[in-house]
Amino acid sequence: MNVAMKPAPIRKTVQVQVDPRRAFEVFTGRMHAWWPREHSLLGGKPRQDVVVEPRQGGRWFETATDGSECTWGHVITWEPPSRVLLAWQLDGQWKFNPDFLTEVELRFIADGAGATRVELEHRNIERYGEVAEAIRATLDSPDGWSGGLARFAAAANR
Amino acid sequence: MADMTRTLNALADPTRRIVFEKLARRPQAVGELARGLPVSRPAVSQHLAVLKAAGLVTDHAEGTRRVYRIDPAGLGQLRRWLDQFWDRALDAFKTEAEGQGEDE
Repeated sequence: MNVAMKPAPIRKTVQVQVDPRRAFEVFTGRMHAWWPREHSLLGGKPRQDVVVEPRQGGRWFETATDGSECTWGHVITWEPPSRVLLAWQLDGQWKFNPDFLTEVELRFIADGAGATRVELEHRNIERYGEVAEAIRATLDSPDGWSGGLARFAAAANR
Repeated sequence: MADMTRTLNALADPTRRIVFEKLARRPQAVGELARGLPVSRPAVSQHLAVLKAAGLVTDHAEGTRRVYRIDPAGLGQLRRWLDQFWDRALDAFKTEAEGQGEDE
């Protein structure tokens, strides 16, 4: 496929009135408390937790109250309290795919006394283009891209 | 999620799915697409307009022809969705980080 356009990484900055250590802890250790509810791959089951295992190679996953789990990715680099690099491995069908990987990098930068500037970059968005052939192949299947998007949209609209 | 709904609706029509699949294989102009389909050229143009509005395809002029290609896997759409998603997520993160006592 000819991918003529390469989308820019998504970059966000937010300032929080806590020190970097605290910001890092809340981001990685209390993700269940703030991660948007509508972004869940549990198929509508109530969410129990969102876990980032605190080490390089650690898993990034969510758990349902019935004990089932959905993997989202893993920790590429673990450098508390200043930086964490996560692998977001949800493919064009919003399913975990170990062969698919986009990077989400977080930097926690001290910004005056007791404040932190948190910089986020979600990159490799163009890799979704590389699954275009797979999308084409699965487009008509109920479990395919449109089916996956439909389920995702239904979940997100709840 | 309005944008994603539009994507889904755009692909709900079987003819539009075929058009999208053809463009996923390679960029093509309207006339070329219409020759391989049992629908009129104006109908193909209509389908392309819907796909374009949904962010699934883009077009550009090549001489007198207008050539369509898929917006890399609906990436414009996806990127916008992710962009808005991170806005919401970081807002919620900020609220949580600043709402927690240091002694917790």
